[in-house]
Amino acid sequence: MANKKYTKEELAGFYRTMTRIRAFEEKAAECFTKGMLAGNIHLSIGQEAAAAGAFAAMQPQDYFTSTHRGHGHAIARGMDSKLAMAELFGKKTGYCKGKGGSMHIADMAKMNHLGANGIVGAGQAISAGSALASKIAGDDSVTVGCFGDGSTNEGTFHESLNMAAAWKLPVVWFIENNCYGVSTEIHRVTNTPDLAPRAAAYGVPYAVVDGTNPTEVYETMLTAMEHARSGKGPYVVEAKVYRYQGHYCGDPAVYRPAEYMENALQNDAIEKLGRRLLEAGATQEELDAMKQAADEEMTAAVQFAVDSDYPDPAEATTDMYASDNERCVAR
Amino acid sequence: MSKKITVSKAIGEALHEEMLRDEKVFIMGEDMAVMGNVFAITKGFLEEFGPNRVIDTPISEEGFCGMAVGAAMRGMRPVVELMYNDFATVAADPLLNQAAKMRYMTGGQATVPMVLRAPMGAGRRNAGQHSQSLENLFCHFPGLKVVAPCTAKDAKGLLKTAIRDDDPVIFLEHKLLYARKEEIPEEEYTIPLGLADVKREGKDLTIITWSREVNFSMEAAETLAAEGIDVEVLDLRTLVPLDWDSIVKSVSKTHNVIIVSEEVKRGSYAGEISAQIAEELFDELDAPVERVCGLNICSPFSPTLEDENFPHPETIVKAVKRVLNK
Repeated sequence: MANKKYTKEELAGFYRTMTRIRAFEEKAAECFTKGMLAGNIHLSIGQEAAAAGAFAAMQPQDYFTSTHRGHGHAIARGMDSKLAMAELFGKKTGYCKGKGGSMHIADMAKMNHLGANGIVGAGQAISAGSALASKIAGDDSVTVGCFGDGSTNEGTFHESLNMAAAWKLPVVWFIENNCYGVSTEIHRVTNTPDLAPRAAAYGVPYAVVDGTNPTEVYETMLTAMEHARSGKGPYVVEAKVYRYQGHYCGDPAVYRPAEYMENALQNDAIEKLGRRLLEAGATQEELDAMKQAADEEMTAAVQFAVDSDYPDPAEATTDMYASDNERCVAR
Repeated sequence: MSKKITVSKAIGEALHEEMLRDEKVFIMGEDMAVMGNVFAITKGFLEEFGPNRVIDTPISEEGFCGMAVGAAMRGMRPVVELMYNDFATVAADPLLNQAAKMRYMTGGQATVPMVLRAPMGAGRRNAGQHSQSLENLFCHFPGLKVVAPCTAKDAKGLLKTAIRDDDPVIFLEHKLLYARKEEIPEEEYTIPLGLADVKREGKDLTIITWSREVNFSMEAAETLAAEGIDVEVLDLRTLVPLDWDSIVKSVSKTHNVIIVSEEVKRGSYAGEISAQIAEELFDELDAPVERVCGLNICSPFSPTLEDENFPHPETIVKAVKRVLNK
């Protein structure tokens, strides 16, 4: 890995995505802390390189599922930050008209985004089912199921991977291992150093990569996507990442030793990629300009969300059913 | 023209016709393909439609129900079979948190046009985990439509409609109806969801019921008729959406109601219907609405015990007389 030489432009592509993710999350955190957002948000600050690398390996026809910590995935796939921020604010202009919020951002039409999900592990079966649809329809799309370390201990991980392997479904599972399921450190509840090797039990190839290095993630995911697309079945990639925040925005993460964040900051993906970009010929001004562009985009997204209206209360009973909705919700 | 076939054959015909009509329809479940289902409903399907559309799953109910949700979100029309509706507890998340809620959570972007066929009901001496009637569970969750037919004609017509419907539909099939031979139309037909069927007109009391208890209610009605009591039997056929108009019409005529189902009485859908009648049709009632259901117990094994746990014609006759004070 990492033998391929990347041009300045190629590295800048990752850098742009990563700074956009961080800017979106930092703006969202700021709004949440100021009391502008209801509910909870789960931030992917520290996991930017994983999303940027993985999604760069996808084709337009590919699908994906995401998780409660899913803003980064959607941004890496080309999300409209205005519509996403409006959804976090519960506004009617949001991706889901304010009905889903942070944990349920979806965009079926433009991103082939089958939805973030509030249930840990649910996307495993849904991503495998999307891949089953591709197999039955005979199309050439691959579905990427994104999830975290915690979900690998759900039963559906094993049920879905077993079926996906038995039926050679075009699905790639991308595990971001940030070592924490809420407060519980993964090795307190799991006996193996890595999680992806579980794939071997189902005859599925796997790889474990440094999730702070976008090009390593990208190259591994290219291999995985090619494997799945060529009819050989699923592939599992585990990216080791750091979750800078607690489980949710505002969680002080007192359960975590100080070394975790010391290591995280030493391995900050955006800082590391910035140094590579400088070595590849970029200037500091160019890096600053990309960060500033991301910041301006997300500032505008917040403004759009603030300026948007809340849904009319009467909208509470719409969209429950595709047909006969009124009668079905009436009694 | 009509023909006489079993309920299970009628269900098989619905699946067969819809698979021929729409190549997006596929079926999956335990022992569906090579064996052709434990009740022989899908025998021969594997040979005709191939392994991509007739899928034997491993014993992984949560996994394959979740996969059906994913496939349905992609525009396929999976018809999934749970071997028993009792196994819904193992597949609770994909059915109740995913299929039911996906459309709403995504602001109407996603549709989940899947059908879950789930054999249910008591009377086969299958004990605590293979004999339940879980209508109340499914009806509780907004986003699901719930169908529970009794006759061969209704089973076929409603299943065809359920497969074409864009919402997730739970299709409850009583196991002790499968072998009944009944007349159904020779030509193709469908029956809309949410339309009750007046099985017998009467003026003294309305029996609201569904699934196998429709047959028991009809037997009870005959017994009562011989004693001069004229009951109306309303087969709901679909539980969500509920055909409230038919309930209003019947209750406004008879002014007395019992609701008969095999559910555990506590928290039953029968109780929900009773509450709605009490809330909105109180002035029409001459007596309190009575629920005639199973007991608040685990389904027993021994025949003498199990027979205590679901309404029989005699139970229904007694309930009707109690309500009418006769």
